[in-house]
Amino acid sequence: MTRFLAALAALVLAALPAAAAPGVAAASDLKFALDEIARSYARETGRAVRLAYGSSGNFRRQIAEGAPFELFLSADESYVLALARDGRLEDEGVLYAVGRLVLFAPEGSPVDPGRGMPGLAEQARAGRVAKLAIANPSHAPYGRAARQALEHAGAWGALEGRLVLGENVSQAAQFAASGNATAGIFAYSLTFTPAVSGKGRYALVPEAAHAPLRQRMALVKGAGEEARAFYRYLQSPAARGVFSRYGFSPPGP
Amino acid sequence: MDWIALTLSLELAAWTMLALLPVGIVLGRWLAWNRFAWKPVAEGVLALPLVLPPTVLGYYLLVSMGAGSPVGQWFQSTFGRTLVFSFEGLLVASVVFNLPFAIQPMQRAFESIPQDVRDAAACCGLTRWQTLARIELPLAWPGILSGMVMTFAHTLGEFGVVLMVGGSIPGETRTVAIAIYDSVQAFDNAAAGVMSAVLLGLSLVAMAVVYATGARRAGHRG
Repeated sequence: MTRFLAALAALVLAALPAAAAPGVAAASDLKFALDEIARSYARETGRAVRLAYGSSGNFRRQIAEGAPFELFLSADESYVLALARDGRLEDEGVLYAVGRLVLFAPEGSPVDPGRGMPGLAEQARAGRVAKLAIANPSHAPYGRAARQALEHAGAWGALEGRLVLGENVSQAAQFAASGNATAGIFAYSLTFTPAVSGKGRYALVPEAAHAPLRQRMALVKGAGEEARAFYRYLQSPAARGVFSRYGFSPPGP
Repeated sequence: MDWIALTLSLELAAWTMLALLPVGIVLGRWLAWNRFAWKPVAEGVLALPLVLPPTVLGYYLLVSMGAGSPVGQWFQSTFGRTLVFSFEGLLVASVVFNLPFAIQPMQRAFESIPQDVRDAAACCGLTRWQTLARIELPLAWPGILSGMVMTFAHTLGEFGVVLMVGGSIPGETRTVAIAIYDSVQAFDNAAAGVMSAVLLGLSLVAMAVVYATGARRAGHRG
């Protein structure tokens, strides 16, 4: 019996470092970039983090309700600043990247991303866009930016009734890349995977077409040393290099 | 309060119920009175939606109804639009998802009709259709009703499958369950509160009907 208890204790102790890995809430546009950063972080430091991806609005809500995340990487700054005002975060955190939008069309789509948003507007008015996938503008920053870009191109009226809304930006990308939607407007960072880039053509949406996607991160109040270490690592040149390889622009001063 | 979403959910529930009424009667009756070697397998398959995560069903529906699938392509070429992100696609999903909710109460109801009653009906020279209409359905109706009500209520509460294959289109695929989710994420507690209360009320009425018909059936037997 004693031996059994000792074995059990050893098992629990062995499992502890994994259990202590801090929870990180990350916007879904970071999916591929942050996975890679977490891998190199684990390789270099031997430390682990638990990553959860979802829409930033969703995480804002969950953190406000006390969800056990220690670090929040939002796809825009308003959610982080709002949580900071509510006293949920240590401070207002830092900008870590600026996101970009792409217009994506799957194989066989009548939309030619090379002709940009005006081309999309034209096809929409001709009735050739059956479904356009974007993230839900009511709680996903990339959805809000996509809406602004559509309004900027004068295509919102023609396309409003044709939208399919992803629960987060990576579901919007999945809707479009699977060919189920005629086109999609989502995060540039999500095109850096063969699962998306191999399924169609895409082009960047001009930055002037929407409010900048200034992505901000901050530590949640009560965050532990492990979360702090990862937070510092995310601001290192190595992590910034990965962000820029996934199409994020560096944050301004 | 998103009335469009509530109306859409009620429509989806009503259509699902109508589609499953004949299916439930035929399959429930067949399962009640037939013995065959692979019956447990058939019953198990029909009960799968009770235990499968909605995401598993959502995944298979995405794959089998999507733009790349034969079914999706047939629908696209026939009706000129996609099956996923459409009301019809949700209806297909909803019918599959509700099979056990419709069939199981009906099967129990048919099982409770004594063999001698059916034999007597056959002896009196009633045809199969007359037996069904005059003997079996009148005896089995509480089970049929509770199967229908369960289906209706369960469709109103369906979330995971709709989230995966719906796309949250107002008036087409944004059901009230999705509308509640969206308004909670958008910090619109007032709307979420009202819609949740409406769903709670509807579900409560539905469950009361199910238990009322169950009590009636038990009273009959006693």
